[in-house]
Parts: sequence; structure tokens; C-alpha cells
Amino acid sequence: MSAATALRVEDRSAHRPDAGLAIALRGLTKSFDGGAPVIRGLDLTIPAGQFVAVVGRSGCGKSTLLRLILGLEEPTAGRVTVDGGVGNGAGQSKKIMFQEPRLLPWARVADNVAVGLGRETPRAERRKRALGVLDEVGLAEKAGNWPATLSGGQRQRVALARALVSRPALLALDEPLGALDALTRIEMQEMIERIWEAQGFTAILVTHDVGEAVAMADRILVVEQGTIALDVPVDVPRPRRRGDPALAELEGRILERLLGHRA
Amino acid sequence: MADSAAIRSLPGRANRAEAAAPLARRAQPSKSQPGRSLRLPTGKLLPWLLPTLVIVGWQAAASLGLVSTRFMPAPLDVAAAGWRLAQTGELWENLWVSFARAASGFLIGGGIGLFFGLANGLSNLSEKLTDTTLQMVRNVPHLSLIPLVILWFGIDEGAKLFLVALGVFFPIYANTLHGIRSVDPQLIEMGRVYGMNRRELFWRVVLPGALPSIFVGIRYALGIMWLTLIVAETISANSGLGYMAMQAREFMLVDVVVLAILIYAALGKLADSLTRALERTCLAWNPAYRNT
Repeated sequence: MSAATALRVEDRSAHRPDAGLAIALRGLTKSFDGGAPVIRGLDLTIPAGQFVAVVGRSGCGKSTLLRLILGLEEPTAGRVTVDGGVGNGAGQSKKIMFQEPRLLPWARVADNVAVGLGRETPRAERRKRALGVLDEVGLAEKAGNWPATLSGGQRQRVALARALVSRPALLALDEPLGALDALTRIEMQEMIERIWEAQGFTAILVTHDVGEAVAMADRILVVEQGTIALDVPVDVPRPRRRGDPALAELEGRILERLLGHRA
Repeated sequence: MADSAAIRSLPGRANRAEAAAPLARRAQPSKSQPGRSLRLPTGKLLPWLLPTLVIVGWQAAASLGLVSTRFMPAPLDVAAAGWRLAQTGELWENLWVSFARAASGFLIGGGIGLFFGLANGLSNLSEKLTDTTLQMVRNVPHLSLIPLVILWFGIDEGAKLFLVALGVFFPIYANTLHGIRSVDPQLIEMGRVYGMNRRELFWRVVLPGALPSIFVGIRYALGIMWLTLIVAETISANSGLGYMAMQAREFMLVDVVVLAILIYAALGKLADSLTRALERTCLAWNPAYRNT
């Protein structure tokens, strides 16, 4: 599987996996307030620059897994290693995009994007980079707007720009497209994929939507009851065509697995 | 000095009624805010149509002898009284004294209210320690303290400042606390995840999020500020607008009494307009405050 990944990476000359973080989880366990563990002894290795999708039923622990990787939660047992160093806290190299845009309503679009840069970056530099990344997501002309004047899709693009402005090595996407309409969602998927290909960060997408997972990811992890129940590569070359039979076949297999385990 | 003031401060029923009249007037504009979505193309002049009609009708009624000018002077007489007092400088002096009392009482009480609101909104320890006490004190009508305050401070500035500050404190305290409590926790989490420290989190997320609610508190507080000051000045003072009105009553100068009431109304309106302008600047991001 890793050979296949390497092959496809070579195919995309623009993709630079060296720009991403490698992640290793060993015996990771997490329980809240002494309750039953949400994550049970999970082992996982994600090579730098990989696009991983994590799917699973509600409450399977996939969001907790994401928060553990980002260092937003402390593991009860086991450890998270990010690029060799033991990770804690979401520094400038790790960014998350939430299901909701979570923009500051009282800050203009460009200032919201600049939130993604630390205060150690000089003001003029922050503004310049914010405008640059807004251009990348196609919202350059909205830089001076209030978030309240944007559509839902535009707000989520601002949130994407905020996550990307610091050029993170790891981008965590916590169901960021769930609230968008179908067409906007496809546009966003293509935009995220394009930027990922150009920048080469490691991407972890948590999603309910198996179709979205197979369309975007290199590899799909199905999480069930706190462990990885299925780990499948998506060996379909990019750019991928919507409705590709290979994708549909894979989507069917994963859905079957998810539904087959219905209690 | 304090004794004579205390004697004067036990007025008959008629005085109380006079004191209550401006209060009712003040209470109305601050409560009728939500209807601002009803806007007609005539825009800025329309709100003044009704007051103008009332004044014209009032003048007509007085000129035609329909109402006795002994009890209700004509608008032109009131204007003349205003001109007279402005000439002697009496009006400006009393106006300034009242304004200074209102402003300093507001700043002191509002400042303390803001401080406790922020402290109790941000710290659980501080809230546990003080909130119950503050809520208990809040249930004492601050105007009921007037006899006590006169015993403590006489009719000095201290009495007025104390009452205004006390009255203004609670709306600002309660609304600041509520504002901070209701800041979207998702935004706070976002700020943390994006590396904001506590100071940044406060200035960039918590305070702006609480600001609309703080403004609600300021508006209520402004109403209470005038109300308290008028009552305090009417009952015990030797300067200020309320004192001017009480003096005039003793000499049956009805025009001056009405003038004082109208000035209160105008000052209340002015304070409200200033707050609105401030809201429009500070809360421009909020669609609810745009185009008002």
C-alpha cells in the first residue's frame, strides 16, 4: 500500500510530501472521567503528506482521535508522535478546520484570516499573507467585508484560508463541509484537494460522508468502537472524476462495512 | 443644614407626583427601542412630527384660553423662561451641576459594575465570592436609601453621587456578566486552538462578544441615572435642575417647572442618541445595529 502511495506521489510533480508531518500513534487510549474508553489501544502510522480520511458512525471516537493527534486532548495511555517529536498543543504547524466556520463576527474577513498567524508575525506581513491566501480561495475581493455579509460556503472558505495562512504541515478537517449544500461541497472538496496537492501538508479529514472520503483521500480509515476496523488505500489516480466506477465500488464496500455492524 | 434639608425632604403628596412625572417620561424612550425596523422613506423628519404637533396644539390651546396658564404655561412662555434663565446664567449653572453629578455618578457606578461584571464573568472564584451578595443588595430599591443617605451625606454632592452610582451599578454589572457568559464557547475554543493567549482571548474574543450586552446595560443605566438624579435633586439639593424646579414651585413659577421637565426629557434623549451612535460605531459588524 505504501508503495502505491509513493508511486502516486511521484506522479504528481507539484506535490511535496516533505512539507507534511508524519504521525505515529502507539497504543493510544482515551477515556473521559473514568468512563469506558472512547479510543482503545489504537496503533496508526500516517506518512508525511498523506491525505487520510477517517469515517465512522457518530460517537465512534473519530473526532476524539483527531483531537488527540492535534494535542487538544491528553491521551489516557499510549502516545502520539508527530514527526519524531512528541506533540502537544496545536502550534503553528498544525491547524484545524471545524464543522462551523467559527469566524470572529467583529473582525473583517482579512483580520479573521490573520488570526491564523501568530502575533510574532509583523502586522504588515500578516495582512499581506492573509490577502494572498484569500486570493487562493477566491475571496480576494471580500477582504474588507464583515463575516455576516458572506454566504455559508464563503465563510467556510475564509475558515480554510485562516487554517492555511500559516502554511501548516498538518491540516485537520473535522467534518468541515457537512453544513454546506451539495454543489458548494463539491467545489470545496476540489479546492481543498488542489491546495493540498500544491502545498503537500498532511491532511486528516474526519467525515460522515463516505463519498467525500473516497473522492478526496489517499487512504480511508474506518473507526469502530475506538479502534481501526478497516484501513484501505484509494488507488484511483488524480484528478478523480465524480462517479468513477472504482470510487463507487470502494464507497459501496465501506458503506457495507459500516452498515453491517449496525447494532 | 442637613436638618433643614431633611425637613424639606418630607414633601406632601403633590411634590411626589411632580417628582414622578419626569420619571415616567424617561422610562418610555429607553424601552421602545425594538421597533426600529419600522422605517418610512421620509426618514429623519418623521420622528419629530408628533412632538411638533403636540407643541403646536398645546400653544393653540393656551392661546385660545382652553387651559389655564396658571397650571400649564404655553410653550412660548416656557421658551421665554428658558431665555430669561439663560441670560442670568442660572440655567447653565444648574445644568452644568446636574450634568457633572450625572456623569461622575455614572462613571463611578458604571466603572465598578463593569469591573465586577468582568471579574465575575471571567473568574468562578470571584463570582462565588461576590455574586450572591450583589444580588441581595440589588433587591433593595436604591431610592429607598434616600433618608439614610441624607443622614450620612447631608445634601452634599456625596449623596447624589452615591445614589446615582448605586443605581447605575446593577444594570451594567448584570449585563456585563451576562454578556461574558454568553460568548460563543466555540469561538473561545477556536481562539485557544489558534494559539491566542489569555490576554488576546479577552481582547479579541470575549470582550467584543460581550459588547452588545454591555451596551444594553449602558442604556438601562442611563435611564436610571437621570431618574435617580432628578429624585435626589428634587428632594434634597441646593443646586441643579431638580433644585431649580423645586425653587420655582415655591414661587409658583410654573413655566420654570415645565422648562426643567423638558430639559430632562431633552437630556435623556441626548444620552440615548449618543449611546446609539456609539453602538453603531462599535457594533458595526452586527447586522442588527447596521442602518439604524
